[in-house]
Amino acid sequence: MISYELVGITVLWIFLYGYLVVASVDFGAGFFAFYARLTKQDHLINRLISRYLSPVWEITNVFFVFFFVGMIGFFPDTAHYYGSALLIPGSIAIILLAIRGSFYAFENYGSKENIVYLFLYGATGLLIPASLSVALTLSEGGFIVETGNVVSLEYFTLFTSPLSWSIVALAIVSVLFISSAFLTFYASRADDQPALKLLRTYALFWSTPTIIAALTAFIFLGQHNQRHFDSMMDLWWLLGLSVAFFMAAVWLLNAGRRYGLAFIFVMLQFLCAFFAYGIGHYPFILDPFITIQEGATHESMGIALVAAFIGGLCLLIPSLVLVFKLFLFDADYVKGNK
Amino acid sequence: MEIDTVLWSRLLTGLTLTFHVIFATVGVGVPLMIAIAEFVGIRKKDPHYILMAKRWTRGFIISVAVGVVTGTAIALQLALVWPNFMQLAGNVVALPLFMEVFAFFFEAIFLGIYLYTWNRFKNPYTHWLLTFPIVLGAGMSAFFITTVNGFMNQPEGFVLENGAFSAVNPVAAMLNTATPSKVFHVLTSAYMTGAALLAAVAAYMILKKGATVYYKKSLHLMMAVVLVFSFLTVIAGDVSAKFLAKHQPEKLAAAEWHFETERGADLLVFGWLNDAMEPTGAIRIPNALSFLGFGDFNAEVKGLNEFPQDEWPPLVSHYLFDLMVSLGFVILGIAALFFLLRFWKKKRHLYNAWLMRGIVICAPLAFLAVELGWFYAEVGRQPWIIRGYMRVEEAATSSPNVVGLFFVFLALYIVLGVLSAVVLRRLFRNNPAEAELEKTIEAQGRG
Repeated sequence: MISYELVGITVLWIFLYGYLVVASVDFGAGFFAFYARLTKQDHLINRLISRYLSPVWEITNVFFVFFFVGMIGFFPDTAHYYGSALLIPGSIAIILLAIRGSFYAFENYGSKENIVYLFLYGATGLLIPASLSVALTLSEGGFIVETGNVVSLEYFTLFTSPLSWSIVALAIVSVLFISSAFLTFYASRADDQPALKLLRTYALFWSTPTIIAALTAFIFLGQHNQRHFDSMMDLWWLLGLSVAFFMAAVWLLNAGRRYGLAFIFVMLQFLCAFFAYGIGHYPFILDPFITIQEGATHESMGIALVAAFIGGLCLLIPSLVLVFKLFLFDADYVKGNK
Repeated sequence: MEIDTVLWSRLLTGLTLTFHVIFATVGVGVPLMIAIAEFVGIRKKDPHYILMAKRWTRGFIISVAVGVVTGTAIALQLALVWPNFMQLAGNVVALPLFMEVFAFFFEAIFLGIYLYTWNRFKNPYTHWLLTFPIVLGAGMSAFFITTVNGFMNQPEGFVLENGAFSAVNPVAAMLNTATPSKVFHVLTSAYMTGAALLAAVAAYMILKKGATVYYKKSLHLMMAVVLVFSFLTVIAGDVSAKFLAKHQPEKLAAAEWHFETERGADLLVFGWLNDAMEPTGAIRIPNALSFLGFGDFNAEVKGLNEFPQDEWPPLVSHYLFDLMVSLGFVILGIAALFFLLRFWKKKRHLYNAWLMRGIVICAPLAFLAVELGWFYAEVGRQPWIIRGYMRVEEAATSSPNVVGLFFVFLALYIVLGVLSAVVLRRLFRNNPAEAELEKTIEAQGRG
């Protein structure tokens, strides 16, 4: 019988992965929309982007709330440590998310074509992943100090750590790569050749920095947290699969065919790497303060949460399928005929 | 006096919640109005009501956007500003918090679908059915989050052992004794406020441009909803007062400046406390507090002196309570007046400028009443964060940075508030209902 805390962390990890994918598409799209405006190519892709994003932006946000509410639910100790340490980075992320979410709605349903909105939309698209990735860096340990009952974050150590900057860089370039790969696929669904051409160049361009940043972050992780590095090396086959999926995706993008499959490969690439990272992290949630076993909530709560989770999924999965059918796989909608 | 980090933490959370409550109330209340209007429109085959649903939805989505981002902010701030509270209470209230996100998820998905599928279905009722999950999801998230607040007022579903919660029963914590009255009050007042807001828009347009068919219909429909829900809100308030009298007597006693335990207690309306801490200048309604609390004019009502003074809720809650109650009755009164005129007077008096002004005023008053009600509920729980178990100062973050963050968030909310007002205005100003209606009819005529 698998323990409830393991079910909990697995579920949460899957949700974080889900957020990584849908949010990357959203954040990257913001940047591309802004960049295309700067290079006077916005007429090619902006309509496509807003057509996909308008019905789903709220869903993206929920993935995120879901993850951290679930995290505190399953592992209440995370509130004490991460909550105290992340007061500033977390608040920055809230502000950026607030600017992005509301300005997106203002632009989309209110006044159109405002360059200030578009700039904020693009800039927050890169800053949010950067600020959120701080939580991942902290989990490696060495940045949080507890004296008595007071938890504080060592900002100097954090800002001078090559690991934290390499994780920030990885977060940003991954966002751009995932997003452009998805939008390439979406443009091909819409049969929008000019957009497809532009987005494909974006996707190919961002593939190289992605793999370089991944390797760099991995090397710095080895210097910072030997234990985590070693356990990830034990999962070499997962990392290998990830690289293989990456190469397959780039090959398809380059060959200019099967964009849907290419995007699935990109997702699998990140899935493998993300799970190798996560499994390697085990048993710590926050090295060395919180482990999965000791930090878990009471058994009755854990079981109630798992039950609620299963019930919730029975509601969510059909609804999400409906969204996909209506907006993603309905060729007429994607082309703008509905 | 130097303000410490605990007070700043309280101010920051209070600020975020005060701002969020405006949009959350719209988020819970307005979907029901949209559903009602679309249903009436389909049923009567009347394009006016369909247009109402469409226009309200367009405005609604702007407020949802701000509601979502401030909701995300408060969810994160719970852990960031109150880490020790979440560490302790998370063990007991994680379930409703988690389920609230599910309800929100559900609502978000169907709101997206609803928005982008006008005219995509053959049977108009199919599109209308999409409002069900939205209304339900909004109501459910209000329900779940209110149970968490209920728990903080009436902690149940655990055993305290050596400073830690054990034998946790998540369902008992969620369905605590405070939950039914709180949820009832929150939902009825949100529906009342949503309807009052939309009625006020109609009344405002009638004042400005005369009574057109579209706005008359909109006004009548919404005033009917205001009447029903303001009446239910008064009942919910009564149920809540009875709950307080029985389970949280110190909160009711603070609201009524009721110091000595006595039978046949008087209800005080407004007034002030003199230096000897005696209520002065208040309107006394004999024995009414006993009746309010227990449904019996001679029942015994516990006074504040029964409680240690360091556990007294702030006495300012009297004003919050009285104002909330008075505003509730003002709104009910205006709604009743509107229908009295409609049934017994000649029609031309119905759109009387003063009555229209009264209805316009109802919208800000309803929001104010909701805010005051929350202030009373929260201030009245002080000094506890989990009543009887954890004091506010034990729960707050120790970081001095909350001071700066308070001002940053204040600036953010000012910007968001102003911008949403500007955007909403622009959205409807340049596109009057009548012009839009003509366009719709034209499009239908062409087929």
